[in-house]
Amino acid sequence: MDFTFTAEQEALADSARRFREREYDFEKRRAITLTPEGMSEEHWRTFAELGWLGAGLPEQAGGYGGGPIETALICEEFGRGLIIEPFIGHVVALEALATLAPEACADRIAAMIGGQERLALAHYEANGRGDAAHIETRAEPHGDHFRLTGGKALVAGGAQADGFLVSARDEEGISLFRVAADAPGLAVRRYRTLDNHRVADLALEEVIVGNDALIGRRGAAMPAIERALDHGAVAVCAEAVGAMDAALWMTRDYLRTRKQFGVAIGDFQALQHRMADMVIEAELSRSIVYQALAALAHDDPRARALGISAAKVQIADAAAIVGGQAIQLHGGIGVTEEHAIGHYYRRLYVIARTFGGADVHLERYRSLAFAGQDALASGVEKDAAGIPA
Amino acid sequence: MNLEPDPRDEAFREEVRAFIREKLPPDMATRGRRDFHPRKDDLIFWTRKLNEKGWVAPHWPVEYGGPDWRPMQRFIFEEEMRAGFAPTIDRIAIELVGPVIYTFGSAEQKAKYLPEVFRAERLWCQGFSEPGAGSDLASLRTRAVRDGDYYIINGQKTWTTEAHNADMMFALVRTDPDAKPQRGISALLIDMRSPGLVRRPIYTIDEGLSVNEVFFDDVRVPAENLVGEENAGWSYAKFLLGNERTNSAEVPHTKRDIAQIEAIARIERKKGRPLIEDPVFASRLARLKIDALALEYAVYRVLVDEGEGARSVASVLKVRGSELRQRAADLAVEALGDRGLAVATDPEGLHNMRDDAGEDPVPDYGVGLSAKAMFRRATTIYGGANEIQRTIIAKTILEL
Repeated sequence: MDFTFTAEQEALADSARRFREREYDFEKRRAITLTPEGMSEEHWRTFAELGWLGAGLPEQAGGYGGGPIETALICEEFGRGLIIEPFIGHVVALEALATLAPEACADRIAAMIGGQERLALAHYEANGRGDAAHIETRAEPHGDHFRLTGGKALVAGGAQADGFLVSARDEEGISLFRVAADAPGLAVRRYRTLDNHRVADLALEEVIVGNDALIGRRGAAMPAIERALDHGAVAVCAEAVGAMDAALWMTRDYLRTRKQFGVAIGDFQALQHRMADMVIEAELSRSIVYQALAALAHDDPRARALGISAAKVQIADAAAIVGGQAIQLHGGIGVTEEHAIGHYYRRLYVIARTFGGADVHLERYRSLAFAGQDALASGVEKDAAGIPA
Repeated sequence: MNLEPDPRDEAFREEVRAFIREKLPPDMATRGRRDFHPRKDDLIFWTRKLNEKGWVAPHWPVEYGGPDWRPMQRFIFEEEMRAGFAPTIDRIAIELVGPVIYTFGSAEQKAKYLPEVFRAERLWCQGFSEPGAGSDLASLRTRAVRDGDYYIINGQKTWTTEAHNADMMFALVRTDPDAKPQRGISALLIDMRSPGLVRRPIYTIDEGLSVNEVFFDDVRVPAENLVGEENAGWSYAKFLLGNERTNSAEVPHTKRDIAQIEAIARIERKKGRPLIEDPVFASRLARLKIDALALEYAVYRVLVDEGEGARSVASVLKVRGSELRQRAADLAVEALGDRGLAVATDPEGLHNMRDDAGEDPVPDYGVGLSAKAMFRRATTIYGGANEIQRTIIAKTILEL
């Protein structure tokens, strides 16, 4: 194991940092949030030009040869700068396409990486409450086409997408279909979440898509979707690490300058210790993201899911502690709209609850870690040495 | 960044496992699983077994008998020792006395003391804390006055781990009472059988014996037992603390505790079903596993990055590591249900405080767990209380 970055990875993180410093101060960000689209097309073109839109995709899938580490490096900087362009929505959709049908979708993948087309993976449903396995949306096959009926919730990047990758169930299992944003029968409700990101809910009422809209094999999309969502979960975790880091140091600087009782409030041990707890959570969050990145490389889906769920649980708890205490230590100014620290809190709040919240992932971790006959048999043999069964 | 495990690691892990399987007597493994305070005879036996492989002092330089392992190998070794319920060996000698002597000691001290460590011929304790010097260690007052070829020692040490088994003490004493507190401290090697030295056991909250008071009444210590320079002892102590980066996280021990809880929760039943199927219990265990996993990767980050950045993280590892040790011990008691609350003294203990626990209702796999849960309150206090560690984080990382 080696946690030092390659020269290429350093350069990538550097370019993301320079972009953040140049383009994303608080006021510039606010201006973007006030536009109807809630994102900057110019920034998206910059992402494409700098290669970020294909940075996390291997070359054989049409990307620039990177992987989840490259995505994480970009996302960590995006977390520091509270970048609101739908980068992670793009990563997830791209990952799903590249896993399911890299050859058939090569042109579309190229268009996405080039920034000409934005797609969003519409998978989660409101009744699933963050559980990716819960899909009610139906696909009815009718000879040369399918009819899709159902609803999708909180689609990352959904508000600014040209089209959707919609998952739907039929008797063969779950399939993925490409649906244009203006398809008849599709209602797209765009809205702003607490972090000023724009997302969408979809209502599908007998949306007709041709057989050529089916991506990959019919009924076989779920492993790829789970894999894509796992990539998304690690990406938001990396973003949270960046956001926590920024919130932490912003708070430290505030403690050094804010004076009460005639001294800098950072002199007070109660506040020092509170900040030390924030450091601990931030350090362990970075550590568990490394763990999750290692897990993403696993061919074994169980090991991958365990690693990603562990990260999502830790990050959700840490985000609440670091984000919440950052506001607390700022005092009244921390709860105002005009101060950046509250916006870090808002982003961390949403991250904790997207791609499955802490409860969903603790449940998944628990069921995978402790259940299953294989796990049970091998576990007991090793664990209970000396313990009579 | 390369997150793939090193293929050499698995082969090494298997080698260590095979060694434990072959060499560790079952009664010792049982005692290791129960995890009461270590027994001297087990410690000596196991040290000598390890020495047959050259595995006693993993991080010592090769010239002094270290095995020249990569940091990851040291971690795996510790992990397998814990998982295999091997006895703990003399950590004071290996982690503290050895490094101080080979770094600052005289040629005579190196020749005399270092080789013995590999056969546990002399056991060591550490004389740092005093009744008036706990977190504020530099205020220690045990006095050493030079008298010809001797130092005359008067004063008291406390919380001295394993003093009742020790042959020697590595002590910090005050040689210059007029200097600034940190400047007047020296490091001395003191024979525990010296006239005027008296040990008194301190029974801890678990009814066990691991710590002691040690009194010095005109104890004569040969001047040649001074380590390094007079009045430089504080800098040696700081050197040792700087060496200590990842051990205090105690990840291998906590992982082994968690595996044990998991095994017990498959045996114990709640309403007729295995406890592990109870969602509330299983969620708490899952959360603990996740915390331990995060800490494990925090340790890896320090292990593979020996730089200065990693050094300041030691306090982070200590705080979280000690908290997890307490949570693991408490959850183990929880797994035993009602019977977890019974006093279960060490059935083979040589130093039990009392022998009237009654007819012990705890199943064999639960022996020792309630005592451990009590003693683990010490983990957030010793080795620099967690409040001290948080202050260190505020000063060194946050620069507040």
